[in-house]
Amino acid sequence: MTRKKGGWFVRITIVAVVALWTIPTLGVLISSLRPEELVNSTGWWTSLAHPFRGAEWTLENYRTALSNGGFGNAFLNSMAVAIPSTVIPVTVAAFAAYAFSWMDFRGRHVMFVLVVGLMVVPLQMALIPILRLYTGGATLGGVTLIPDLNLSGTFLGVWLAHTGFGLPLAVYLLRNYIGSLPSSIIESARIDGADHFTIFWRLIIPLSVPALAAFAIFQFLWVWNDLLIAYVFLGGSRENRVLTIALADLVGSRGENWHLLTSAAFLSMSLPLAVFFSLQRYFVRGLTAGSVKG
Amino acid sequence: MSSSVKTPPTGQVLAPDPPPPDPASGPRRAWLRLAGAVVVPILTALILWATLDFLRKEGANRFLVVGVALVVGVLGVFFLFWSMNRVVEWLPARFRESARPYVFVGPALVILSVFLIYPVINTILISFKDARSQDFVGVENFRFVFTDESMLRAIRNTAGWIVLVPLVAVTIGIVFATLADRLRRGEAVAKSLIFLPMAISFVGAAVVWRFMYSFRPDGFGTNIGLLNAIKQGLGQEPVPWLQQNPWNNLMLMVIMVWMQTGFAMIVLSAAIKAIPDEIVEAARIDGASEWRVFRHITIPTIFPTVVVVTTYMVINALKVFDIVFVMGNAEAQGTEVIAERMIRWFFIGDHNGRGAAIAVVLFLAVIPVMIWNVRRFREQESIR
Repeated sequence: MTRKKGGWFVRITIVAVVALWTIPTLGVLISSLRPEELVNSTGWWTSLAHPFRGAEWTLENYRTALSNGGFGNAFLNSMAVAIPSTVIPVTVAAFAAYAFSWMDFRGRHVMFVLVVGLMVVPLQMALIPILRLYTGGATLGGVTLIPDLNLSGTFLGVWLAHTGFGLPLAVYLLRNYIGSLPSSIIESARIDGADHFTIFWRLIIPLSVPALAAFAIFQFLWVWNDLLIAYVFLGGSRENRVLTIALADLVGSRGENWHLLTSAAFLSMSLPLAVFFSLQRYFVRGLTAGSVKG
Repeated sequence: MSSSVKTPPTGQVLAPDPPPPDPASGPRRAWLRLAGAVVVPILTALILWATLDFLRKEGANRFLVVGVALVVGVLGVFFLFWSMNRVVEWLPARFRESARPYVFVGPALVILSVFLIYPVINTILISFKDARSQDFVGVENFRFVFTDESMLRAIRNTAGWIVLVPLVAVTIGIVFATLADRLRRGEAVAKSLIFLPMAISFVGAAVVWRFMYSFRPDGFGTNIGLLNAIKQGLGQEPVPWLQQNPWNNLMLMVIMVWMQTGFAMIVLSAAIKAIPDEIVEAARIDGASEWRVFRHITIPTIFPTVVVVTTYMVINALKVFDIVFVMGNAEAQGTEVIAERMIRWFFIGDHNGRGAAIAVVLFLAVIPVMIWNVRRFREQESIR
């Protein structure tokens, strides 16, 4: 089997595009390691001419960002938001996906069509009411449907919001995967007398790890990088703000302090990049699984 | 091997003994189990409440708060499902299996109803009310959306975003995927590096490119932004890329293209690799040039995937917010987009009605895609 291999034209184009794509990030990385005066007075590429001169490099920017800038705190907050906001939707969606695939109940088809429809709803449609729900509860004709839980600005509020917005896609993807597991396994388990909960917990979950992992990684990155939901539901207070908000604040207040901005940006990018590099395979597999036709 | 049938020494298979009376089914036991099934969730709720209060406290130790938040969030979910299952177990046997699906699906449905279905309805209602959502004002907010100068600019800009970003990203994606497919070595690395920007946040990307676009007028210091440094190197004047309207919109779109092309490329690359070799070989043997192979075989075959990817990108472009929001005062620079305007009006302008109306307009733009998605899903289901 031969695929025609290209020559120098292909190689040069690829290298050019890749260079174009990497240079911006490289510029930020290099600048974050340069002392303030150099960052403000010379382009970052000049440091590449003298890579071994000690005065070119420093870790001071990171130290400042982590302490005064409050980015160490923001990092913790991002973790506190992202991990539950990943685990909760994945778990809830897995249960629902199993039910939609292998259990029989009234309204099953209609409900799933609803889920498919909800996948496209822009979350902007939901922000205002949910925020008012968090701060005031919901009443219908004088009857309190949902009490005032005062969830605005709390972590629980953000987790629930992320869960709500992430569920449709999660249920859809997981249902596709779980539904395609061989029915013989489930049948034989039922014959052996196992109930659905046991089948789900002991059989389906271990078998679904690739799909669960792919979605979990996707959701984790999405939540970690999210600005809007954190802004609306968690707010920008210094104790509670996540990395994205802290960075956005910095752009607004110290927009020209590039030595700080670049190091702060890199701090916020460090975890996703690490996750990306180490778990790329699952991520890519997850993306291509549902989208390729034919 | 255990068996519920006892075989007597003669080898004859006897009927199985009647099952021993289930010790768990006596009335006293039943009440205890009911009590347990009810008390446990209530206790859980109380514990969650207490921790919620703790989490809200000012000045609590950061690590502790985060730790508690994580433990509560993660364990809470498992516990919820487990305790609901216990409740089902308590039910008499004939109701058990018909009730169980609702345990599985229940939390998801409740969450979807509260966080998506109810809000959509509510937002539509609010869009017909005034700023504080007290009185109905008819279509006043919608009239604002379609007549206000800033809003019209936002609509125009958003239209630009949804046309240009997917177009450029998908084009580069296809071309790069096709070329990368031909590389002898390093294909995986090349694709990784293009895909990399997807991992960073929009805010991070905004900082990266703000740096690239950095501007200092001649005489006010060296230009540390790469683009302007290149311009100066070519003997030209530096340009305030982010200030000049309408080109600053294009500069922002570049950021999104930079981030999203990797996604398009990865998915399209998989589609390209799925094209059967025989067809391509046959065409080549027949003397077709690379370009003809590309135009008449590659493109048509991967077309469904192209459609899916483009749709996804259009929806993303429609919802663009972070990039524009972070770059500064969008109104002053003329870079407004619909999603950004919505947040401005709702939060900073403190006008529920207008914010909701803008959200509804966004929703209307997305509805065709929603219908198409549902239809496509139905077709797939009927094939199953």
